[in-house]
Amino acid sequence: MKELIKKLTETYGPSGEESQIREVIIGEIKDHADEIRVDVLGNIIARKAGSGEKMMLAAHMDEIGLIITNIDDKGFLRFSNIGGVSPFTLIGERVIFENGTVGVLGMEKPANLFKNEMKDLKFNNMFIDIGARSKEEALKKVRLGDKAVYYRNCDILGDCATAKALDDRAGCAVLIRVLQNLKSPRFDTYFVFTVQEEVGVRGAKTSAFGIDPDLAIAVDVTMTGDTPESEKMAVELGKGPAVKVMDRSVISHPRIKEMLIEAAEKNKIPYQLEVLEMGGTDAGAIHLSRSGVPSGGLSIPTRYVHTPSEMASIDDIEKAANLLLCVLEK
Amino acid sequence: MLLKELTEAFGVSGAEDEVRNILKREIESLAQFRTDALGNLLFEKPGKGKRPKIMLAAHMDEVGLMITSIGKNGWLKFDTVGGIDDRILVSKTVVIGPQKVKGVIGAKAIHLQEPKERETALKSKNLYIDIGAKDKEDAEKKVKVGDYAVFDSQFERIGSDLIKAKALDDRIGCYIITEILKKDYDLVISGAFTVQEEIGRRGSAAAAYAIEPDMAIVIEGTFAADVPENKEEGYSTTLGKGPAVTLMDKTYIADRRLVDRVLQVAERKGIPCQLRRTAFGGTDAGSIHTTKEGIPTIVISVPCRYIHSPAGLASLTDIQNAIDLIDALIIDFQERGLGR
Repeated sequence: MKELIKKLTETYGPSGEESQIREVIIGEIKDHADEIRVDVLGNIIARKAGSGEKMMLAAHMDEIGLIITNIDDKGFLRFSNIGGVSPFTLIGERVIFENGTVGVLGMEKPANLFKNEMKDLKFNNMFIDIGARSKEEALKKVRLGDKAVYYRNCDILGDCATAKALDDRAGCAVLIRVLQNLKSPRFDTYFVFTVQEEVGVRGAKTSAFGIDPDLAIAVDVTMTGDTPESEKMAVELGKGPAVKVMDRSVISHPRIKEMLIEAAEKNKIPYQLEVLEMGGTDAGAIHLSRSGVPSGGLSIPTRYVHTPSEMASIDDIEKAANLLLCVLEK
Repeated sequence: MLLKELTEAFGVSGAEDEVRNILKREIESLAQFRTDALGNLLFEKPGKGKRPKIMLAAHMDEVGLMITSIGKNGWLKFDTVGGIDDRILVSKTVVIGPQKVKGVIGAKAIHLQEPKERETALKSKNLYIDIGAKDKEDAEKKVKVGDYAVFDSQFERIGSDLIKAKALDDRIGCYIITEILKKDYDLVISGAFTVQEEIGRRGSAAAAYAIEPDMAIVIEGTFAADVPENKEEGYSTTLGKGPAVTLMDKTYIADRRLVDRVLQVAERKGIPCQLRRTAFGGTDAGSIHTTKEGIPTIVISVPCRYIHSPAGLASLTDIQNAIDLIDALIIDFQERGLGR
């Protein structure tokens, strides 16, 4: 699992530019699915055929990032955010483009900002420096519209992994493991690695329409309340995967919630219950697809979400995969 | 001139009838059409029936005001419909409701304002519309709560190449579609003049669901901020540099392969074209590209200065170049297919 998480989190894949991560995931699952297709927006839809109801499992493969909106005469790049990036987490950060170009985040008037105006820091006071001396030199490496992601390795700290993009490559790792190990599925199961979740659950919307499932479970990260002076939230790292009760985008369907809880209790897999007051998941789009789909979520407790150093417990991720297998296996 | 007629027509989100009637008249002899439940004007020109079936979309609605109450002195309180900067409202003339009653947006006179009030822009809730009514009863003879108001603004030519008008966003797109429908293609050219874009892309979602195209081209008016005191990196688009292609906005991320294809077609045909250099805003593409199983979508916009105001400016050359680019693009899809 460690190697898989390292491989997935270190791969490039901001919303709208998911080809590299898509290739990595297809490599992991191609020998295990009955059929695999990629839809118009770029979602991977992998089917493990079964005779029962149609079950859609979704984990998003995109990550937050930056998009280049201007390149100036001296070769500095201006940008906008893709998904929930904060200017503050970008200070001193490095980013990497699809072609491997690395850039450093700089800001205008840094002395003033550090003195007393830091709260006013905005993306348009910042720029990316790729070491180019001129526009021409910059254009050899980067075009308008190119996208960058945090440039960070995955480190293993004890039982924890810390990396960029654990949101939601941790969920992708769960789906990959489940697909690799699922023997005789109880459902006609669709493993969907979605695109563009971070900008508004767009891939989940189109893939759910295409699959027309009877049931759905989104596997994503959730926040925790276990760090010093954190917001109150009854989810901790290392206490097992969290069964979603609700978030801002979905109220879990009782059938899904109970299916997950029952499987956890029967198989003695520790679990927690998740009420997430901020944020949503692919389940938000899936449960409103067509005439409605009973949907819920299984979540990986994760600290420092949307920073370059998110942190999750590898044991939680493994247990999430085990729990899903118990739900899906005949 | 059709652009004059379209931009002067009354068509705040939810009340697009005048614009729709003009467009019906224009496309009557060119395409089959129908009006759907939300008010979208859907059209189809079968050509030689070849695929890909292309959807063209431009929205008919414009930003405006809605009357929310009538005070006892006959003054009208209002709310904005769509994104209007409150600071541009004071002292503008507006036209209200089916009777086209003229009114002036008034505010407390400067000598009555507290020093603090003078330093901050007036909010729409502090403003009112004065229609010269004697009292509430007199006002109610002319307007009703729920009536819409638009800026009273005429189409004019400015300089050698610019036009000034309200509602350039997106009557320019509507105009461009009528020009494209005059041309003959082998492909099925379908599409919609949509409603309620300005308040959340509501019409286009229903239109795309019904049309179910193989790909879509959304034609828009987008903001150009190439003005004094703005640095070049904040321009977004520049007037006169050709139509702008969107890479990303708040509702949509472009498929880079399609953007590159537009740029290649433009280059091959020698049509000036620019990339839209901001990720703000949103268009009908946001709802169209996620319809059903997903629809490959391109957004091509004509740059407009002072958008969402009574006096937007756009370049006639940019409009002609947008028509030429979309025409060339359709021919490219006709010759080479979607190529996915």
